[in-house]
Amino acid sequence: MFNFGIWTSELNNWFLSFMPDWLTVIVECVLIGVAILLAYTVLAIFYIFYERKLCAWFQCRLGPMRVGKWGLCQLFADVFKMLIKELISLKGTDKFLFKLAPYIVITSSIVMIACLPWGRGLQIIDYNIGIFFILAVSSVGVLGILLAGWASNNKYTLIGAMRSGAQMISYEISLGLAIITIVILAGSMNINTLVAEQNSAWFIFRGHIPAIIAFLIYVVAATAETNRGPFDLPEAEHELVAGYHTEYSGIHFGFFYLAEYLNLFIVSGIASMMFLGGWMPLHIPGWESFNNVMDWIPSIVWFLGKSIFVSFIIIWFKWTFPRVRIDQMLAFEWKYLMPLSLANLVLMAVCVAMGWHF
Amino acid sequence: MNLLLEIGNNTLAVTATLTGIVLVFAALLIAKLISPKSYSVKKSEPFECGIPTRGESMIQFKAGYYIFAILFLIFDVETVFLYPWAVVDNQLGPKGLLCIGIFMFVLIMGLAYAWRKGALKWT
Repeated sequence: MFNFGIWTSELNNWFLSFMPDWLTVIVECVLIGVAILLAYTVLAIFYIFYERKLCAWFQCRLGPMRVGKWGLCQLFADVFKMLIKELISLKGTDKFLFKLAPYIVITSSIVMIACLPWGRGLQIIDYNIGIFFILAVSSVGVLGILLAGWASNNKYTLIGAMRSGAQMISYEISLGLAIITIVILAGSMNINTLVAEQNSAWFIFRGHIPAIIAFLIYVVAATAETNRGPFDLPEAEHELVAGYHTEYSGIHFGFFYLAEYLNLFIVSGIASMMFLGGWMPLHIPGWESFNNVMDWIPSIVWFLGKSIFVSFIIIWFKWTFPRVRIDQMLAFEWKYLMPLSLANLVLMAVCVAMGWHF
Repeated sequence: MNLLLEIGNNTLAVTATLTGIVLVFAALLIAKLISPKSYSVKKSEPFECGIPTRGESMIQFKAGYYIFAILFLIFDVETVFLYPWAVVDNQLGPKGLLCIGIFMFVLIMGLAYAWRKGALKWT
């Protein structure tokens, strides 16, 4: 399978041949920043289009069709429209916190994107506590949402932010416990090791029953974590207008919109990394020719394909289940999902201790 | 297997953070330059169903949310403690399982107590 590390080390050597060390580091950091920005914007545009088309198909509509072939240019038009809208400054807002909130939301999602394993040798931040770092950064995003709601000087945004905060911190526990289940199986938190461990078989197959339960818990918790699907009550438009970002206009609103879609990609990326093998191709032990064919597909295609598939499931939820109430949502987490994930954790620990996994 | 082996992880994390800040700052700058501006008194009112807003909006808020926040704190710290155990669980064997079992039992009793006391009930 092609290793992107060859390209990057070649590039690194070429830079070093005519530049001093410190300049090389700066140039490479700038290149990495540009690469992250490109990936971020391309993914955001793709995801907005993807969700709009999927929503349309679930409702037997066509979706955006007018601008460009199959409406492909619609998103560029939308982004441009958002950019040329007025940024309204409101009376009575906390100016500093109001402007700080988008920075926090966007920055946390960009740092998470930089942690994901995009392909063989194509990963930026690689801490030995990688997955723990991702979870820690994802918690910072909640802060931005709470600040946005609080600073807006509006009762709808305050209620929306409080709901969103309560929801995101509650489901974070189940999310963390589902991930710990896999960490027990893998025995490492390093993202590279986690992916490399799945060379023979993905964790969802290696851990059989507890891993499958953990995957289901993860997908439900991730749906709630991104404020989507049946758990989109922070933005319940019939009661709260638009939730915590009601008062944001123009590109300010665009940042929250962007971060929401990118968070959808990030949780799907973590799901594919922890359960579905990251960029590892599908290998079936014993089927040599099949494995060789699978190895031909580039690693980045595997990673993006799996992530987009998990996102498809999460978008599907939205059009299948009705929206829940706040008390139902909190009761579902604390009375059902969390005890279940604790029990599943014990089950996995017993499985590993007894050697029942593959 | 890093993207570029010579750069430390902390430098890369700072790079990613700066990228986020630059993205927001640049987009805001462009928007400020090309967006129209108009002023009116009514426009800067908070949006609340078209009627004038009543009273303060930055107020003390429903206590129900804070109970869940406190519970979250307990269980999130528990999760943080579970991570180091999860990494070395392969090497610990049954003894480690017993130790963490006692730890989790105490916390689950805490959850059961909160449940019994009605802290999980939304009022």
